[in-house]
Amino acid sequence: MTRVWRAALPIMTVLLVIIAIWYLGAIRMNATWERDQAARAGIELSLPELISKTMTQDRPILPTPHQVAVGLYDGLAGQAITSRRSLVWHGWITLSATLAGFGIGTVAGILLAVGIVHSRSMDQSVMPWAVASQTVPILAIAPMVIVVFASAGITGLLPKAVIAAWLSFFPVLVGMVKGLRTPDGMQLDQMKSWSASDSQQFWRLRLPSSLPYLFASLKVAIAAALVGTIVGELPAGATAGLGARLLSGSYYGQTVQIWSALFAAALLAAALVAIVGVIEKATLQRMGLAR
Amino acid sequence: MGDTVIKAQGVDLTFQTADGPIHALKDVDLDINRGEFVSFIGPSGCGKTTFLRSIAALETVTAGQISVNGMTPDQARKARAYGYVFQAPGLYPWRTIKGNIALPLEIMGFSREERAKRIAHVLELVELKNFGGKFPWQLSGGMQQRASIARALAFDADILLMDEPFGALDEIVRDRLNEALLTLWAKTQKTIGFVTHSIPEAVYLSTKIVVMSPRPGRITRVIESTLPRERPLEIRDSPEFIALAHEVREGLREGHSYD
Repeated sequence: MTRVWRAALPIMTVLLVIIAIWYLGAIRMNATWERDQAARAGIELSLPELISKTMTQDRPILPTPHQVAVGLYDGLAGQAITSRRSLVWHGWITLSATLAGFGIGTVAGILLAVGIVHSRSMDQSVMPWAVASQTVPILAIAPMVIVVFASAGITGLLPKAVIAAWLSFFPVLVGMVKGLRTPDGMQLDQMKSWSASDSQQFWRLRLPSSLPYLFASLKVAIAAALVGTIVGELPAGATAGLGARLLSGSYYGQTVQIWSALFAAALLAAALVAIVGVIEKATLQRMGLAR
Repeated sequence: MGDTVIKAQGVDLTFQTADGPIHALKDVDLDINRGEFVSFIGPSGCGKTTFLRSIAALETVTAGQISVNGMTPDQARKARAYGYVFQAPGLYPWRTIKGNIALPLEIMGFSREERAKRIAHVLELVELKNFGGKFPWQLSGGMQQRASIARALAFDADILLMDEPFGALDEIVRDRLNEALLTLWAKTQKTIGFVTHSIPEAVYLSTKIVVMSPRPGRITRVIESTLPRERPLEIRDSPEFIALAHEVREGLREGHSYD
């Protein structure tokens, strides 16, 4: 128990400091509006009155932590999960596109890496394009992808998944190229001395050796896929998903809604990365590759 | 005897490196007969490992030729003519010891029953009978190298090429494995090429000791052993053994005299 406390103490301390700064910031930022209101009504506000008013605004510039917590709780547990006001419902829309995009991106990244490792011409031709694809701002690409797919009559999950895949294939590609190349000269000579075919070498040596790199990449890729999906939900007035919650929140000045959706997205990302981490640990330990 | 399995004629090998060409082997002529145990000994850089690798088609010679069982090294490799033991064990951490020994057998297409039979046999040979189910990290470095030798023995090639296989083992295990290797060699009539930098090891094991020297790598002396094939460990105290060791040492000194 003491060990748990010792580990939790620094985290809790930092968390408390952040919350304190957040409250101070919220009071300061929201106070302007309260002072204006009071001046217009010709009332004089005492400091405690001012502070308590800054914490209960409907549309604060910066909502306080407890307002966000209430908004988040209400969104997650206070609504029927089929309701349009439920963050669980919106979260599921985002999650499904994220997982689809993560799947497409992972498969594409692995296949391209296999091609690059086995073919010199692919190494020279594919890699520059892959790098170039990541230098284009996703915010610029996303609306075009949505529009192109919509003109072909495809809306909903797929266009968002494509944007998610756009972001998530890259870390997988880079990690797998590195991973598939980890076997050293001696291990490759060994395979050669047994006259192993390329595919035997791939399945028995290169692929298992690459797994630590694959998992490291997957953790980056799944978080990137979530970002891609949310960005994909912003344009063209999407009506569902955490991205849509962010967008409609900003249309109507619903800052509590924005922050709740942001925290829901952060929780989702943390959960996804943690799940990949658990699978990673179990797999690598089993394979004797854990370091 | 008399029937040549490995024949090298005028072998030359030059590596092109960023610092210019390195002449690794020069004018190497050597015949290895069936059933011989040939050790290659010399200081580092003398090309002993390079020569062994050339026989195994892991390097390509620049001039001259090597034939293995009357084939080119490349054809011989494809015909699975030899097993190769490297300096490091190179076991896969995700496979058990049995799984590691099964690896070349799987690649070569042996049946499941045949694999199990061969694995049990070679595990016994290297005294790892009860360790087949363990993972490499559960074994000491010496045991790992024994497992890697078992792996090279498993598919029972006629020729066994060993590149300083016992370099990392402690002397007691090394002695036992040297004895075991001689027993195995007597039983199976294999032809063995063995790179080492230990004079006693070379003399104890070999029927023929090839002394090499560096810059450029070449053969300076070929010593035919006068020891009988049957060799208890005590033979190392015999005058014959000591005389042979002396001859090897002289050969090594000769190669070094100019630098």
